[in-house]
Amino acid sequence: MFFALQGILDPGLMVLVAAIVVGCAGVPGLFLKKPGTGQAFAAVATILATLAGVAASMQLLFSYTTITYVLEWNLPFGPCELVIDPLSAFFMLPVFLVSAAGSLFALGYWPSAEHRTTERGLTFFYGLLASSMAILLMARNGVFFIMLWEVMALSAYFLLVTEHESNDVRRAGIVYLIATHTGTAALFVYFSLLAAQTGSFLLPAAGSLSALSPFATIIALSAFIGFGAKAGIMPLHIWLPSAHANAPSHVSALMSGVMLKMGLYGIFRTLTYFYDPPLLWGAVLTVTGITSALFGIAFAVAQRDMKRLLACSSIENIGIITTGIGVALLGVSSHNTTLVYLGMAGALLHILNHSFFKPLLFLGAGAIIHATGTREMNLMGGLGKGMPRVALLFMIGSVAICGIPPLNGFVSEFLLYLGFFKQLKADSLVYLVLLAPLLALVGGLAVIAFSKLFSSVFLGTPRSPAAAHSHEAGLTILVPMAFFALICLLIGIAPQLGLHLVSPAITSFYPKLASTELSVEYGAILGRLSLSGALLLAVAVVAMFLWRWRLGKSPVTSAPTWGCGYKRGTARMQYGASSFSELAVSVFNGIIRQRIGRPKLTGLFPGAAHCSEVPTETILERIIVPLFTIAGVSFAFLRRLQHGQMHLYMLYVFVTLFILMLWAH
Amino acid sequence: MMNSTIANCTIHIFLALVMPPLLLGVIGKTKAAFAGRVGAPFLQPYHDILRLLRKGTVFSTTTSWVFRAGPIVALATTAVASLLIPFGAHSSPISFTGDMILYAYLFALGRFFTMLAALDTGSSFEGMGSAREATYSCLAEPTLFFALITLSRLSGSYSLSNMLVNISFGVWLNNGAALLLLVGGMFVVLLAENCRIPFDDPNTHLELTMIHEVMVLDHSGPAFAIIQYAAALKLFVLGAFFVHLALPYATGNPYLDWGLFIISMLELAVVIGIVESVMARLRLIRVPQLLVAATILAAFSTLLVIR
Repeated sequence: MFFALQGILDPGLMVLVAAIVVGCAGVPGLFLKKPGTGQAFAAVATILATLAGVAASMQLLFSYTTITYVLEWNLPFGPCELVIDPLSAFFMLPVFLVSAAGSLFALGYWPSAEHRTTERGLTFFYGLLASSMAILLMARNGVFFIMLWEVMALSAYFLLVTEHESNDVRRAGIVYLIATHTGTAALFVYFSLLAAQTGSFLLPAAGSLSALSPFATIIALSAFIGFGAKAGIMPLHIWLPSAHANAPSHVSALMSGVMLKMGLYGIFRTLTYFYDPPLLWGAVLTVTGITSALFGIAFAVAQRDMKRLLACSSIENIGIITTGIGVALLGVSSHNTTLVYLGMAGALLHILNHSFFKPLLFLGAGAIIHATGTREMNLMGGLGKGMPRVALLFMIGSVAICGIPPLNGFVSEFLLYLGFFKQLKADSLVYLVLLAPLLALVGGLAVIAFSKLFSSVFLGTPRSPAAAHSHEAGLTILVPMAFFALICLLIGIAPQLGLHLVSPAITSFYPKLASTELSVEYGAILGRLSLSGALLLAVAVVAMFLWRWRLGKSPVTSAPTWGCGYKRGTARMQYGASSFSELAVSVFNGIIRQRIGRPKLTGLFPGAAHCSEVPTETILERIIVPLFTIAGVSFAFLRRLQHGQMHLYMLYVFVTLFILMLWAH
Repeated sequence: MMNSTIANCTIHIFLALVMPPLLLGVIGKTKAAFAGRVGAPFLQPYHDILRLLRKGTVFSTTTSWVFRAGPIVALATTAVASLLIPFGAHSSPISFTGDMILYAYLFALGRFFTMLAALDTGSSFEGMGSAREATYSCLAEPTLFFALITLSRLSGSYSLSNMLVNISFGVWLNNGAALLLLVGGMFVVLLAENCRIPFDDPNTHLELTMIHEVMVLDHSGPAFAIIQYAAALKLFVLGAFFVHLALPYATGNPYLDWGLFIISMLELAVVIGIVESVMARLRLIRVPQLLVAATILAAFSTLLVIR
């Protein structure tokens, strides 16, 4: 199918057009009077553009081609190249798929009829965010890149503060804005230094720079800070939990599923410039990666807010991906192609997987919020009865994100594990194998976090009246979720497909891997894995039929849950979200630092008491906020410059420019 | 060659299907002997399972499809795991590079569904059981991976069959310290994962203190039979792993080796029975400490072999 298009249209142009269409999809809605028309138009346009964009990206990906366009502009920053290579084409897939699914989801979740005041802006910025990310992947001029980066960051901000009447939302918005601009500041340093190195604002070609020059370390460090802050690598993740929790759910899906990956794309792209990365770089990425994974999921275990839990798990997944990039880089430095291949394949496939199961879960969370009006897991329960389809799809997402077979999350972690184990026979860096038990611990914690999430939302009896009156979600909500769930199943059952998708991007990252030997070898191993997954499903189906056959032969009755002798159990006596994770939190409290308020019980008949468990944002609350407070006090004198008088601001700009010009002469 | 492979596969599957409940019988008999009782017959667990299969089922009105899926998934995952692990000196029916990772994660899948099935009933007791199961098994996970690393290093292989069959008295002579530490760590994992004393007491009468048994309080009839059988199979599969480390006999004669394997498994059941007879259940807050200690033992063994 993809190749049939070749004769008709240039695939690179098609991707570009698709990206622009997505960006303009929300524009008609801004001017239309009738509610709903603009939103529906945006959804249809985005889906059509996605069909074209994905088909063209796949074609570019599998033909291993690189396409270059030059954009004519009159700005003094050199030629503005737009390039699509396999790495860009690979990252293009989640951009299109998630934005299309999200815009369809919005029809049911944020209908124009109910949210007339906010819907127009939301639809417009949603398209703009997706479009800026798609074009960002093509941009090869540093200045153009940073312009798109800002469009992306700001449209995400406007999406995030959609419900700005709420204090929490505004606070999340401010934290996000500060974090993203700190990152942008680092990127200014990054692009300026790159331009100083190469003499042009065009991004350097692959393998054209040496990492041994003194500037290289600063370039790498500023890239790590600038892109890492966007990706949410610890300790640069501070904006992430509150931003993801407070945005509308399809926006969280796009932010978590795709926008975080733009940070990773930046890191990938930066790493391609250098032909001799030192061991230190890989080590830094590996250590920060595994720390993010471990701490991220430990924080997730402690959360009570459903979407905050998902956000913390994004930090975990980004951590796993970064670990993969780190070990791949260590492989480059130590000339170990197997490690490069497995680290890269694991990281890239996990990027793809995470951009399917995380949006699935965020959209599911949206359906739940739509039905119950709360994000607090302790107030839910029993939703599986009212919304069985959402429950099933959410279950698929949960199993996938825990990295459990037979779904896709397992496949990428499997490749990483293989990479770690293969180090046992390597000439150097044998100790990397110790990452395997750490990743296993992360997996175990993920199971706690997601069994907590699923059980407290869908299982048991409702803990609040809102949860008791839940209703099944509509088709516009279910279809996007089902789409993601199907992909998760597909990559889980046929993991070779996933490997096939990432292979071109691996080659473009490390051209020495162009030989197919490794991909054939690991394709065969994944084939065995796929057979085992099929066997597992077959055994389960057979067991189910045998059980139903026995069930049919004997009487089946229903009765209340056995109360172990207690007659008057109530819904509040169930194990809730906080009680489920309490034991795990007590074991890992060194990391989580939960604030627990327990009442003192006095006398024989203590009265009513209140107990609270509040998870701490350790790094934000203990380090960043105190630092910012100190900075705020010591730089208070600078506030005199900020007085709200527009003409004086313009004067500042003029004076700065004048001084710079004098300096240049 | 082909015939012997088929014969071995058949015996492997036959043993996995038939033998697991016998271990429970032997454990019970050992405990009875220590307590000075006659005890239930060796075959009692088979009778229990068959009787449960004939019984009717009571479903709690709170439950949904998740509750019904729990036992099925637990059985399916353990069954597939039993095909990955070699029994005695014979390699397993399914073996490929990296199968040890699948082996570890299959248990995670089974556990995930067992816990959700328990939480589906809305009972606080079953909630307690799942919370404990989740936390303890999460702490036991790294131990298994350290063990796998050590074994992979010793055998130079990435598949369970080669790793485990490779262990012999010769390997013990050269790497005695590492293997001894591993045996200690893995025995703790074996007891913890199968909810035996000192971690959990399958026979206790107080739901508050239980882990695995409390999670399946509401299952009845054929579903409970499936759970009982899957639990026995899990003990058998993890036991087979442990037996490779602790009792690596091999004669070279395939039929003798099968006999040796069966005898070693029965020995293991007796040892578990003795441990259960002479120890008391630990206080729950001590359990994580013991699990972390086991992890450190296994980590030491890893360091010894990769230094």
